[in-house]
Amino acid sequence: MSSYKLDVTGEHCPMTYVRTKIQLAKLNSGDVLEVLVTKGEPLENIPGSATEQGYKVLSVKETERSGIYSIIIQK
Amino acid sequence: MIYQTEKNNLNNSVMAEQKKLSIISFSGDFDKLTAVFTLATGASAIGYEVNIFFTFWGLDAIKIKQGRSLVGRGFLPKLFAFFMGGLKSAPVSRLNFGGISPGIFRHMMRKNNVATLEELVDAAKVLNVNFYACEMAMHILGLEKSDFIPEVKDVLGVPSFLKIADGGQTLFI
Repeated sequence: MSSYKLDVTGEHCPMTYVRTKIQLAKLNSGDVLEVLVTKGEPLENIPGSATEQGYKVLSVKETERSGIYSIIIQK
Repeated sequence: MIYQTEKNNLNNSVMAEQKKLSIISFSGDFDKLTAVFTLATGASAIGYEVNIFFTFWGLDAIKIKQGRSLVGRGFLPKLFAFFMGGLKSAPVSRLNFGGISPGIFRHMMRKNNVATLEELVDAAKVLNVNFYACEMAMHILGLEKSDFIPEVKDVLGVPSFLKIADGGQTLFI
């Protein structure tokens, strides 16, 4: 099982979702991806769409950087 | 292109039951094409099956020969192809300022770290968005399937497109 990290806090729609999707697709089964997102639409939409697409959202929590959240997703 | 190597991985993605978005890309304007590809890539990235049906001016976005070239069979088609000129020549639908606006918008997009039209088109290809060409417009403009990029899955008429779009949301841009 491998872990990866993706920071999309500097991205805007749709590239937040595009980059997340591309990175998730690269994972092997059991791998984990930590996605750093800003509060707002990315935080609201990424966990739900990952779940809908069959991934497992392990956690969603705020980081030390205010307004930046970490979403841990497993394939 | 940074997305080239990721394309194969997406074919193995885990997918739950899919939602669908179909877009009729009629306008060849820079801003409207940006809207087409923003919606297409965003929807695809969150799990939608996405179809884009390029017709009339929209066909300009999917020709292999981008730039001003004399593509098409016959004098009039060639003339229009020359003026259309592909993605780089696509005008903005308002305030085109004699053709300088697309360049200004591209600059503003890069400055604000927003994907440019070309990056969105590349992303759509990597995300396996389905591209289709309109049969009728193709014939008017004297084009053949071989004039389009290889990502174009098929040339369709109205009934075939409606069948593909059935059950999902359809937009006309």
